[in-house]
Amino acid sequence: MDQRVLMKGNEAIAEAVIQAGCLHFFGYPITPQNEINAYMSKRLPRLGGTYLQAESEIAAVNMLYGAAAAGIRAVTSSSSPGISLKTEGISYMCGADLPGLIINVQRGGPGLGTIQPSQADYFQATKAPGHGDLKILVYAPNTVQEMVDVVFTAFDLSDKYRVPAMLLADGILGQMMEPVQFPDQKPDIPAKPWATNGTKGERAPNIINSLYLVATELEDKVRERFVRYGEIEANHSQAENYLTDDADVLLVAYGASSRVAKRAINAARNQGIKAGMLRPVTLWPFPKKQLEAAAKNAASILTVEMSMGQMVEDVRLALPDRKVQFYGRTGGVIPTPEEILEQIKALGGGVK
Amino acid sequence: MDILREKTLIITGHYGSGKTNLAINLAKSIHSAGTSVTLADLDIVNPYFRTADFRQWAGREGIGLVSSDYAASGLDVPALSPAVDAQIGSKETTLIIDVGGDDAGAYALGRYAPRLKASGYLMVYVVNAFRLLTKTPEEALGLLYEIERASRLKAGCVVNNSNLSDQTTPEDVQSSVRYAQKIAEQAKIPLAMTSVRRNIYEKLADKNGFYPVDIYMKPPWAED
Repeated sequence: MDQRVLMKGNEAIAEAVIQAGCLHFFGYPITPQNEINAYMSKRLPRLGGTYLQAESEIAAVNMLYGAAAAGIRAVTSSSSPGISLKTEGISYMCGADLPGLIINVQRGGPGLGTIQPSQADYFQATKAPGHGDLKILVYAPNTVQEMVDVVFTAFDLSDKYRVPAMLLADGILGQMMEPVQFPDQKPDIPAKPWATNGTKGERAPNIINSLYLVATELEDKVRERFVRYGEIEANHSQAENYLTDDADVLLVAYGASSRVAKRAINAARNQGIKAGMLRPVTLWPFPKKQLEAAAKNAASILTVEMSMGQMVEDVRLALPDRKVQFYGRTGGVIPTPEEILEQIKALGGGVK
Repeated sequence: MDILREKTLIITGHYGSGKTNLAINLAKSIHSAGTSVTLADLDIVNPYFRTADFRQWAGREGIGLVSSDYAASGLDVPALSPAVDAQIGSKETTLIIDVGGDDAGAYALGRYAPRLKASGYLMVYVVNAFRLLTKTPEEALGLLYEIERASRLKAGCVVNNSNLSDQTTPEDVQSSVRYAQKIAEQAKIPLAMTSVRRNIYEKLADKNGFYPVDIYMKPPWAED
């Protein structure tokens, strides 16, 4: 049965979080993600959950830490400047092997920046979402429907590997409206025997902690964690191929900029230029293998981002022998399809 | 009921019901019929995808646009323009007030309630059967009462703007009419019309009761 509904990106994220079995939200308002807070504040109390507007982003992320330690599926949400404040808590969660979902609806930066959409938090999300040797799962959907879909996957893998997950959206995906269909599935939250939820006199107390007094113990712990990171890299990278089979000009773009890129690719195809796109859905793990395969027969490679060039460094690492071009707008400016088409035409004119 | 003849139209509804796109279309229709029009952006909720984004368009069309100096400026200040007051009760110009979504947006409207009551108004309640939190007539009615309470004004009609963005089919539109009628019946106000994207309007055998709209609110990558 057709159950499509029209939803704003931010409220679709919020509803997906609820349907994924997460009834506990800790956050602090910031544009352009406020509809998440507003939606949660209306819905969660009626469902017997927790909507808590904390006194700050730092408080909110540490409430997420606490809820996760108690074995509860929980979420926090913010936008770029607020995520910077949360990085301490994210690092502590990584250090304590806690699952949880962090939503970043990016805006222009650095600093308070702008309230317009941006993709300039790629480095922060994928390289250093907190201090120390750590990784978090990073999902970068490009439709309202995919924002819903990845929420479920993000929670499940976060629980499975005990690694925090981030949904990296941006202002335009958060603010735009598109039809969505929610998956007809009940959340399957695994047992968490490690959680600090009361021994009931039946087991030894669990300890959730990220402090180590002996360096070699911490080294062993980090190495064990990196084995899990390796499993995630081997099994859970996701990407979409769009007209890559015969592409002479291969674009690499994610999130909102991939929507603009897609329109430019269609326009290029109409003009006889074989353009295509590899769109990472996971930014960490980065879909290296998918990119290598897609780039094999392409004469030119162009990365498009709403930043000064961040993901392009991972593209270059994945394709060390290739020349990778970059086009970006930043500060909250969205590139136009026409701008990207000009870039494609400049590359498509070259010989293979 | 012909809402295009009203001198003061207030557009309210659930956020995402399509208020702004409808307001822009109404402004254009009324202006094309030879009446001067001013659009007032009362949205204190949305940072973008709002009437103030259409300042240039309005200038080209010869339609007045009143919004906060801070609207769509990047400065995240929920403010109202003092010029709104000056537009209320004008004899020459039709005023269309685009209110922010839900009761939260309607609080801003309440600030003008005494003057609007004195000068006369038609408050339009825009509904969309495909919005998750107002899928049933009962839910939509609940929100209507919240909006009326927050704005201290009464809705005078329902406009059915049910849509699934560019995935809307003629069947979707037809099936939504009953939903809108139920809301109107229970609220004891008329269903003024069903607004529908122009490409679907063209396909309707019986166009009576339908109002064609062009889509102005769209992301920068949308196909024309």
